Amino acid sequence: MEDLCAKFVSQKLSKVRWRPVPATALQPPELFATGSWDNEENKISIWSVGDAESVCPNGEYQGEPQLLCDIRHYGDVMDMQFLDQERIVAASSTGSVTIFRHHQNNQTLSVSQKWERVHCHVDSDTSTCGGASCTGIICKNPEIVTVGEDGRINLFRAEHKQAVRTIDNADSSTLHAVTLLRMTEILTVNSIGQLKIWDFRQQRNEPSQIFSLTGDRVPLHCVDRHPNQQHIVATGGQDGMLSIWDVRQGSMPVSLLNAHDAEMWEVHFHPSNPDHLFTCSEDGSLWHWDTSVEVSEKPSFLHQGGRSTFLSHSAVNQPNVNQSVVSAWLSNDPTKDRMEITNVIPNPTLSVNSVDVLGPCLVCGTDAEAIYVKRQLFA
Amino acid sequence: MLVCEAAFPGAGHGEKGPGCPYIYVLRKDQDIYLHTLRKLFNESHGIFVGLQRSEEELSGKSRKAQLVGVSKNYRSVIRACMEDMHQVAISTRDPALHNQYSTQVSILSAMELIWNLCEILFVEVAPAGHLLLHLLDWVQLHVCDVDSMVREVLNSENPSKHELFWNVVDIFVLQGRMEDARHLLSKEATANPTSKGMCKILDDLMKKMPILGLGNTQTLTEMELKWQHWHEECQRYLQDGTFASNPHMESICKILLGDENAILEKKELMTTWYHFLVTRLLYSHPAVKPVELRFYAQSSLDQFLGGENSPEPLDTILMAAFEFEIHQVIKECSIALSNWWFVAHLTDLLDHCKLLQSHNLYFGSNMREFLLLEYASGLFSHHSLWQLGVDYFDHCSEYGRVYLELHIERIPLTTEQKALKVLRICEQRQMHEQVRSICKIMAMKALRNNRLGSALSWSIRAKDAAFATLISDRFLKDYCERGSFSDLDLIDNLGPSMLLSDRLTFLGKYREFHRLYGEKRFSEAAKLLLMLMTAHIAPCSFWMTLLTDALPLLEQKEVIFSAEQTYELMRCLEDLTAGKLDNRKLQDDDIETTKVEMLRLAFARNLARAIVKEGTLEGS
Repeated sequence: MEDLCAKFVSQKLSKVRWRPVPATALQPPELFATGSWDNEENKISIWSVGDAESVCPNGEYQGEPQLLCDIRHYGDVMDMQFLDQERIVAASSTGSVTIFRHHQNNQTLSVSQKWERVHCHVDSDTSTCGGASCTGIICKNPEIVTVGEDGRINLFRAEHKQAVRTIDNADSSTLHAVTLLRMTEILTVNSIGQLKIWDFRQQRNEPSQIFSLTGDRVPLHCVDRHPNQQHIVATGGQDGMLSIWDVRQGSMPVSLLNAHDAEMWEVHFHPSNPDHLFTCSEDGSLWHWDTSVEVSEKPSFLHQGGRSTFLSHSAVNQPNVNQSVVSAWLSNDPTKDRMEITNVIPNPTLSVNSVDVLGPCLVCGTDAEAIYVKRQLFA
Repeated sequence: MLVCEAAFPGAGHGEKGPGCPYIYVLRKDQDIYLHTLRKLFNESHGIFVGLQRSEEELSGKSRKAQLVGVSKNYRSVIRACMEDMHQVAISTRDPALHNQYSTQVSILSAMELIWNLCEILFVEVAPAGHLLLHLLDWVQLHVCDVDSMVREVLNSENPSKHELFWNVVDIFVLQGRMEDARHLLSKEATANPTSKGMCKILDDLMKKMPILGLGNTQTLTEMELKWQHWHEECQRYLQDGTFASNPHMESICKILLGDENAILEKKELMTTWYHFLVTRLLYSHPAVKPVELRFYAQSSLDQFLGGENSPEPLDTILMAAFEFEIHQVIKECSIALSNWWFVAHLTDLLDHCKLLQSHNLYFGSNMREFLLLEYASGLFSHHSLWQLGVDYFDHCSEYGRVYLELHIERIPLTTEQKALKVLRICEQRQMHEQVRSICKIMAMKALRNNRLGSALSWSIRAKDAAFATLISDRFLKDYCERGSFSDLDLIDNLGPSMLLSDRLTFLGKYREFHRLYGEKRFSEAAKLLLMLMTAHIAPCSFWMTLLTDALPLLEQKEVIFSAEQTYELMRCLEDLTAGKLDNRKLQDDDIETTKVEMLRLAFARNLARAIVKEGTLEGS
């Protein structure tokens, strides 16, 4: 773990996101943004990972993340995403959604657009509007979709002052996260263990499909879609369980993997190397799941009726030369199953709230007010 | 409790009543509100948790090495924080802030100084001989203004002519940095041929000075013999007047001999009495034993201050450490320092070294726990640092749990996510009472915001039957008013949690009836409907609605309710009306009587059809 660099930043971090790199560029990402929560004054900050060129004589990277600029954010930063190279969309616990612009020439941040209280609880007696947390956003320039504690789904277009589409009471429980499935379809997860697909082409305010965990109604906290195979979806739940779903068939998860000991806050497929998956949790751990390895000995998962139980971290590391066409994530044949899991953070204490991966780099933020950056994920 | 005062910068001073001219914002542990210090709290929290986990797995030497390692980690965190604070102090323009930060820097540096000494004396427990080497390191580490002076001297064109040249040499000698001192002397020798001989001799003396290396296997007696020999040699040179022509070198030779007056003359260069102490020990008692330290320390302090100034808190603390009065050290630190961080962590470390076990307080459980509780309570009063406090409470065996229970209930639950985090803390520790109260608060909030689905989820999580009943009633009331269910996605997915309360079971089953009806599975629907009443799952107040729901089933073309079922329906209606008439609660008599009339009619018609049908079936 000598590549792992930690920096204490005196604010509890709720979100970290790499700034996207242009498609043509081959360099690793240089900047990332963080959002804080539960501070008296919350902030969105932009950091540079430190100059990779400044290698000191003994060949080690010296640079720890450097703060470039920050700006006040009203309420906890509940979710955050880069809209493009310069703009960041942030969701607030006050129910507002803000677009910040990062001016790279003079390293400042400014508010470029703000939708106030788009998530709220309407008081029927006084018809006033009390803000409700906006819990998740997903954007694909210029469209932004937000979900909230009020069970509402909003569709915005940057530059438009009003929401383009609003589905009130889309969910009777809290919506925790959202992701884009296809062009007009989104996927939400809620606090009673359901996964719902919504199609914006339909005028009806009903989900086009509902999937659910059986029985226990364990809340789902995060969701991510496989970058290449759009039918594969991963979700993480309150019990720390990782579920893999195939949205083409069935209404139940393809596999359930016992993972963390507490809430899984985020799950991300690696955007360009989707055999790798990253999950982080309230128990303070950050796991790197790797299905691209060939394990000669017994696989590290025991399967019992399609449900696999995590047993131990095996550590055989050989890159798989011929990757199978069927994604490793969907194979639930115990003999073929191979997965290597490593914990990225050495001594876990407090919750890891957010993780992001891009190229060879990983960044995560914790409640212990530390940022961890790893520059060589696949070394 | 430490109370610091902060002037309240409130507007409208004049408006306040004449009785209270000043309002102070009282905050427990003012220090925890400093932005830069949060690094200290967070980083040391990790070390603290690591130390508790490492508990006792190692023994003897490796355990000691581990504890020293932990102590060094704590110190490096203090140093890192000090450097950050220094940077902030330099970069700020506001003089008041600058002052505040500078004060913090000096407090942190004092903390590190005390911690380091405690580490040497209590954790490392260095034996005679090695003790002095550690003390030398300690002094060298904390007297850092030398380096700038050295740089200035060495960078000048002719170092040996520099006015500070001999000062620097003296400092090196006083700190026992012989190599550096000899290096400078060689400069003097080359620049000044007349003193070359003298320099050579002094250099030789410095080179020969016996030192007990850390990795050295030399015994103490061997070392003492060598020392005696070397001492005599120095004495000889001094007496035959070898250095008489050069007062600088003569005084250095006197220092080498441990001449207290000669050392005291360099008071300005040493700046502190503990430097004086270490220098004195170096040149007169190199094999000092830990128990002897107190005498030398006391006399050094007296000689150094010379009765001019009284000792400051820092001096008292260090003196207590030299006297091995651990409790005194902790007590003095608690009084002098403005936060609990230092004493809490130091005490915990010393407790792990098994140094505090005999001591009992006449209040609370023991000192370690008392201090940790104070520190953690301070963290809990902070807007964001409360999460750190939890682990400290966890490691206070006697009162930690109670403190945690009291504090955790006072965390404001601003968002569901925060509530979930607090809930997780409580659930991991089986704090059922707190789990229930948090869920209830959240359920109440959701209910107030008309989020019945959310409210129900929260009460199901808390297994709060009474509240689930309340919410179910709200659902049913809404249904009666609007004629349709809200939040179907939730009610259809209740699963086993439906059994939490009778009313919730009824809600789920009643919704199931609607679904069956919607799917045109009439006979199943009819059976369920009847069951809801006969098994007394439905509340009596809802029976009329259920009976009305039976109407369309009774009017279907084919017969759905059998004769027997119809009898039961009729009995239900009679039970209901009988009860109602007794109570004379009927408000809108007309509508109600019409309804009853209609139902009776429908029952009668259905009964007729059922009897006919059943009769024909049996007959054929």
